[in-house]
Amino acid sequence: MASTIRVRATSSGETTEVQALIQHPMDSGFVKDAKGEVIPPHFIQELTFEYDGKSVFVADWGAAVSKDPYVKFSFKGGKKGDDLKISWVDNKGATDTATAKIQ
Amino acid sequence: MRSVIHFASAALALAALAFTAVPFAVAADKPDPVADAKAFKNFFTQKFPKVKLEDFVNGPYSMNEDMHRQWEEKEQFPPYEFSLDMGKEMFAKPFKNGKSYADCFPNKGIGIRQNYPYFDAGEGKVVTLELALNRCREANGEPVFSYVKDEMAALTAYMAFTSRGKPFDIKIPDDPRALEAYQNGKRYFYTRRGQLNFSCATCHVQTPGERIRAEVLAPALGILNAMPIYRSEWSGMGTISRRFTTCNSQIRGVPLNPQDDEYRDLEYYLSYVSNGLPISGPGARP
Repeated sequence: MASTIRVRATSSGETTEVQALIQHPMDSGFVKDAKGEVIPPHFIQELTFEYDGKSVFVADWGAAVSKDPYVKFSFKGGKKGDDLKISWVDNKGATDTATAKIQ
Repeated sequence: MRSVIHFASAALALAALAFTAVPFAVAADKPDPVADAKAFKNFFTQKFPKVKLEDFVNGPYSMNEDMHRQWEEKEQFPPYEFSLDMGKEMFAKPFKNGKSYADCFPNKGIGIRQNYPYFDAGEGKVVTLELALNRCREANGEPVFSYVKDEMAALTAYMAFTSRGKPFDIKIPDDPRALEAYQNGKRYFYTRRGQLNFSCATCHVQTPGERIRAEVLAPALGILNAMPIYRSEWSGMGTISRRFTTCNSQIRGVPLNPQDDEYRDLEYYLSYVSNGLPISGPGARP
């Protein structure tokens, strides 16, 4: 299966701007389906961006984040050609990881 | 005596009116798609003199600078990417009988979105891309997809993507049935319906660029060029069928079934009057 993570990281010299789009249902647990049954909660709990062995961005997410979430942030440092590692863990223990080259 | 004269002159005036009105009425009743399309474009370019013609395909994002900036940002990382990838994969994957979508379409289905919908002389009806895709599946013994989202949206997204930038090129052949389909679509577009008594034109001709609650209404010109769309409101993809049916329920009307004749004709009309504007689908909308 294709990765659930899309990342673009661009360095402007001093800072690196990161954009990421993650494919995830992010079910809150408060929504019912067409049959009236509750869709069980299923959401990303932790999202981590790592650069050079250090976490540069960690998000503790919950049910309030929308489906297929999008994140944008920037951090100091980051060199062109270096790797940026992204991973998420959801409440069912599922996980995905991707690595992107900083452009 | 006076009243008699009045009556007589009134009758004369009426007769004169009827006499002169007849030729005009006939002229107005004769459908003229070429003039319609020209008038349609003129209306929008005069209403929005700052918007470039090819920018109308960006719907609400063409309507003001703030929205345009949002759109540029969004296009860098479009939310329809997942669907597009899925569509590409699905399109390439053969059916159980070994054939694939490419076998059902001219030019193997690549770069042909701008020619749909077309008038099929054999059937005597308008055939849309969504309909053609499901017919292709049926002909190859596969179950049909729902017209409104998911797989159908993914497939049309991929087909639109391969046709990006190509101008809409809808043809009305020299066939009275084709002209009638066009005319039916036009009538559907301008007919008021639903508890709110809205026509398609009420929102998308009369008031594009204005807000309806928090949403900025899209102009009807080029509105189908961006289909299918990822709507943040739907948190997912939707096809032309989905747009038509939800538009109808939002005006508190009873929507028809996707790909009913009326919707096919409507798509034919709306695509025709946007001839010359580039395909920009798949699109993203708020």
